[in-house]
Amino acid sequence: MCSVCGCGSGELRYNGKPAAQSGANKATGPTRSYAFRPLQAQPAAGRTTTPDRLDYGSGPAHAHAPGLSQAQMVSIEQNILGKNDALADANRRWLTERGVFTLNLVSSPGSGKTTLLVETITRLAGSVPVTVIEGDQQTEFDAERIRATGAPALQINTGKGCHLDAHMVGTALTRLPIAERSLLLIENVGNLVCPAAFDLGEAHKVVILSVTEGEDKPLKYPDMFAAADLMVLSKIDLLPYLKFDLARVFDYAHRVNPRLVMLPLSATSGEGFDDWLAWIRSGLARSGASCKPSTECMS
Amino acid sequence: MHEMSLAEGVRNIVEESACAHGGKRVERVVLQIGELAAVEVEALRFCLELILKDGVADGALIDIEITPGRGWCAQCASTVALAQLYDACPQCGSYRVQATGGTEMRVKELALAATWGQSAS
Ligand SMILES: Nc1nc2c(ncn2[C@@H]2O[C@H](COP(=O)(O)OP(=O)(O)O)[C@@H](O)[C@H]2O)c(=O)[nH]1
Ligand SMILES: [Mg+2]
Ligand SMILES: [Zn+2]
Ligand SMILES: [Zn+2]
Repeated sequence: MCSVCGCGSGELRYNGKPAAQSGANKATGPTRSYAFRPLQAQPAAGRTTTPDRLDYGSGPAHAHAPGLSQAQMVSIEQNILGKNDALADANRRWLTERGVFTLNLVSSPGSGKTTLLVETITRLAGSVPVTVIEGDQQTEFDAERIRATGAPALQINTGKGCHLDAHMVGTALTRLPIAERSLLLIENVGNLVCPAAFDLGEAHKVVILSVTEGEDKPLKYPDMFAAADLMVLSKIDLLPYLKFDLARVFDYAHRVNPRLVMLPLSATSGEGFDDWLAWIRSGLARSGASCKPSTECMS
Repeated sequence: MHEMSLAEGVRNIVEESACAHGGKRVERVVLQIGELAAVEVEALRFCLELILKDGVADGALIDIEITPGRGWCAQCASTVALAQLYDACPQCGSYRVQATGGTEMRVKELALAATWGQSAS
């Protein structure tokens, strides 16, 4: 199970092996498992509802409950994801010291993440060592696709979990041969929602949107586009077959995040790929500069 | 799904904090959620109800304070109110507004019962 989130329910796997296989079996209490179901479709306080739209995302803040007698108020002021963020900071420190340039690739399933990785590794072969962490709920298919290129890859299966977290990535870092001044690519679980909230220790989140998904996704799923520094618009070889307005998708994405850098490309035709590789190379140069002397890096 | 992860985070903080204060019963949990945070408040309440069950904060009142979204408008060179990440600047209409506040998700404070097991409710 993931350290921050209950959603994995003990199904977390690394390269197909259960995460908690080492050590004696812990006393197994009843496993916690929670099903999520949508709330009743009823108008209620805090929801804006019209006959054809039920909006849980707006409405007034909830009023303070009246104070309870005899209770002691204790100030906490802790970030709900503080535990994940602390682990992500530790990952980032570890990676930065070694001059490893790390990207967290996020998108809906099928936008072309694995294809992009395979093509990137192939084109960088011989110039930069690349290591890959693959996140999927099930199967080792993607790690196998990466390993076929010769790059080391670790598959994390999150079970029911819908995102990677910093603890999983920290574990993966100890299990992979990661070279100094190299490129680490993390393919997150295909999900345009949850991974936005979870820092893994990466230098940048890269959101991949394929042209077949439509121009409106940055507005429909704004959190991911707000969290990313780069948007790869993938599968542009398919544009002749679609009604897809490039200017509009750039406009929508910039409304959410004015600093977002846009990179249209196709892994199939190779169009735009040089810009992507150039963007990676400039990141590698910056990360390499922060690498401490080798003796410390090797420890 | 995501709200369940957050509820799990809240439970950890609540249990650790209650423990640090002598394991007293938690009567109320006050959360601060930014208007621009990726959180659906009603779903979070639902998840918290499930996840706090049988723990130190079973049945606790969940108070959620929504903090207003803020953004930096490059056009106006000033901080403006922002209700959605994709909204335009309310002053000049420009979309060059970068979110700067109202993205937090915090456990602000807890109300602990005077003595373990004595709930005011
Ligand atoms: N036409 C076209 N198809 C692509 C491109 N990149 C990926 N695909 C196809 O999109 C599908 C999903 O790709 P995959 O890399 O597995 O996506 P992932 O789920 O994001 O990892 C596969 O059938 C790929 O062949 C591209 O640049 N052009
Ligand atoms: Mg994939
Ligand atoms: Zn999630
Ligand atoms: Zn303005």
